[in-house]
This record gives sequence, C-alpha cells and structure tokens, in this order.
Amino acid sequence: MTMHVRKLLTVVTEAGLERRLVEDLRQLGARGWTITDARGQGHRGKRALDWEYEGNIRLEVVCEGSLAEQLANHFRQHYYQDYAMILFMQDVEVLRPEKF
Amino acid sequence: MAAFDPVVLFFVLGMAAGLARSELRLPPAIYEFVSLILLLSIGLKGGLQLATQPLGALLLDSLLVILMGLLLPLLAFPLLRAGGLPRADAASLSAHYGSVSVGTFAVALSYLLEVGLEHEPFLPLFVVLLEVPAIFVGIMLARGGSGRTRWGELSREVLLGKSVVLLLGGLFIGWIAGPAGLAGIDGLFFDLFKGVLAIFLLEMGLIASRHLDGALRHGPFLLAWGLLAPPVMAVIGLAFAALMGLSTGGAVLLATLAASASYIAAPAAIRSAVPEANPALSLTASLAITFPFNIFLGIPLYHWMANHWPGG
Repeated sequence: MTMHVRKLLTVVTEAGLERRLVEDLRQLGARGWTITDARGQGHRGKRALDWEYEGNIRLEVVCEGSLAEQLANHFRQHYYQDYAMILFMQDVEVLRPEKF
Repeated sequence: MAAFDPVVLFFVLGMAAGLARSELRLPPAIYEFVSLILLLSIGLKGGLQLATQPLGALLLDSLLVILMGLLLPLLAFPLLRAGGLPRADAASLSAHYGSVSVGTFAVALSYLLEVGLEHEPFLPLFVVLLEVPAIFVGIMLARGGSGRTRWGELSREVLLGKSVVLLLGGLFIGWIAGPAGLAGIDGLFFDLFKGVLAIFLLEMGLIASRHLDGALRHGPFLLAWGLLAPPVMAVIGLAFAALMGLSTGGAVLLATLAASASYIAAPAAIRSAVPEANPALSLTASLAITFPFNIFLGIPLYHWMANHWPGG
C-alpha cells in the first residue's frame, strides 16, 4: 500500500467567520474541508459555544503543501489582527492523492 | 408603578446558578428554539391584529420609527467619545444601543399582560424597523467615511438575520391567516408564550452571569452608560410615542425598544464590519448591565414615565 504525503492545515477561530473562510477556501482552490464546532480557552478569553456568537469552529483542510501555505498566509493577513484565530500545519499520509 | 412580572425571576435563577457555578446548562439548540418561538409568537400576534387595521396610516409612523433608529446612535456616539472610548468602540456601542433587543420587548409584552394594558398591534413591526438602521449608522460612524466596507454582503447578513426573517415572516403569516387560520397553532405560540419566555430568561441569566466580571472590569464608565443610557433613550422613545399618539401601552413598548440594546443582530454585524472594536465591551454592557436593568427596573419605570408624560 503506497501512502502519499500531504499537509493538514488546522484553523481554530470564531464561529462568525465560517462563511468568509469557506469563501476564501473556494477562491484559493481547496477541494474539500471539514468544519466542527469547538470550545476552549486562549488569550482572547473563553469561548463557550453555548451561545451562537460566542462559539469557535475548527477548520481542517488536507491539501498540497503549497496551497496550505498560501491559505495560511491569506488567513494571517486578513484575520490575525482582529479575530481570535490560531492555525497550525502537519504532514499527514493519504491513500488517494488525487483527492487532495 | 411597582407592578412586577414574576417571569423575570427566571432570569435571577439563571444568574444565581451561573454565579454559583452550578452544573445547569441549556443545550444551544434549546436557546435557538425558544428564541425562535418568541420571535414567531410576537410576529404572528402582530400580524393577526394588523389584519383588522387599515395599513395606510402606518406609513408615517413607520418613517418616524426609522428616524428614531437613526437618531439614537447619532446621539449616543458623541457622548461615548466624550467618555474617552476609541472611535471603533464608541461606534459599536452606539449601534448596539440604537438597535433593539427582542428579549426585552418580549418581557415588556408580558409585563403589559400582567398589568392589563392594551397596545397598538403594529409594535412588532417597529421592532424590525428599529433593529436595522442603527447598525448601519454605527458602521458608518466607525469608518468615518473612509475604508472599505462590504456593504452588499453586510446588508444581506443584517436584513436576512434570524430576527428580521422570523418577525416579518410571523407578521405576514398572521396577517394572511387571520384568527381562524391560526386556531390550530395558537396553543404553541400564544398560550405557551410566558412559559417559553421563562426558559429564555433562564438561559439569558446564565449567559449574563458569565459576562458580569467583564462589567466590573471595564470600569465605572461602562457601568454608568449601561444604567443611564436606557432611561434617557426611553424619554426619546416616549417623545416619539407622543408624536404618533400611541396609547400608554404602546408608549411603554416604544420606550422599551428605544432603551433596549441589541445582543444578537448588532454583535454579529459589528464583529464582521468593525472587527477592531472590542466585542466584549458592547456585549457586556448590553447583556450584563442593560438587559437586567430594563427587565427589572426599566420597564416599570417607563410605565411610570408614560403615565406622567405631559399631556399624556
């Protein structure tokens, strides 16, 4: 079984940004992503999720390294200053490289 | 005055449970559901009664209400700036306080039922008309004519927000269906109104309890603003009510709308259009200070003021 290396980009941010992030993903050419509701605490305070505008989301994209970097740069430029957002990347192995 | 609606005790319960770090938590879907029922109930009831009224006379009153929605944030902004707030935060608070809280309106409706006061059927329409203009004024105040704002997307977000869609939808359905048409569903929307409001207030108490430390942390100015702005804005509401010739019940509702601060539509829109404003500041003032003030003291106070209005 041959495995192929891709990047997993994970973004944790405010739920209110979901629509704009999805639009960015489409425009920059991501082929698929997963969004889950999340809660936790960081230096911008506790994000409780029990009320619609206080919640967090976790966005995960598996893609080519170059696109992951492009996405990370775009998010940093547009959202880091004013919104609660963290992102990180790691290598993952996938079975069907053509999907990502 | 001194009339008291026991339903606000559920807010106290939620607040106490939250402060005591009780295990009590309502699932987010419950909050969504009860606010949906409240919005539809208010809309349906208004629509039902609108069906029996000529609509032509409503146009002038509607324009006056929109004017009030534009005026409130414009008056609030210079005061907030004078209080030392940065431009973005002053604009954000202006938008929150110019816009309205449907939850506070629902408590005022319940209060009127309790004291047996009638009101004009078109007040729910005013909720919709007051919710939107202040948000746009606030965003313009923050931008000061410069910078880029994605007005198209923003308009869609604000005009198609949950409360506008459900209130207008309810008004429309009530208006078309009439009392006979709604006979099958009035159990859910009208008979259960107070019970649903009780659960809503319980959740509001829990939410407000988490913002209470912020209310103290942000200092005396925010606290003073959250307590003093509502009665002043209520006076403006009463003046507009007198201009329109509303009944005492209608005047109490319009004063309550003027005095209330948004904690749903405005926070979402301002967060996306004026991201440099501190969201905790406005939300704390509107949720943890002004909302409790209005439901406990404000509404009875506005009732008293309406009774003592010159010539009223």
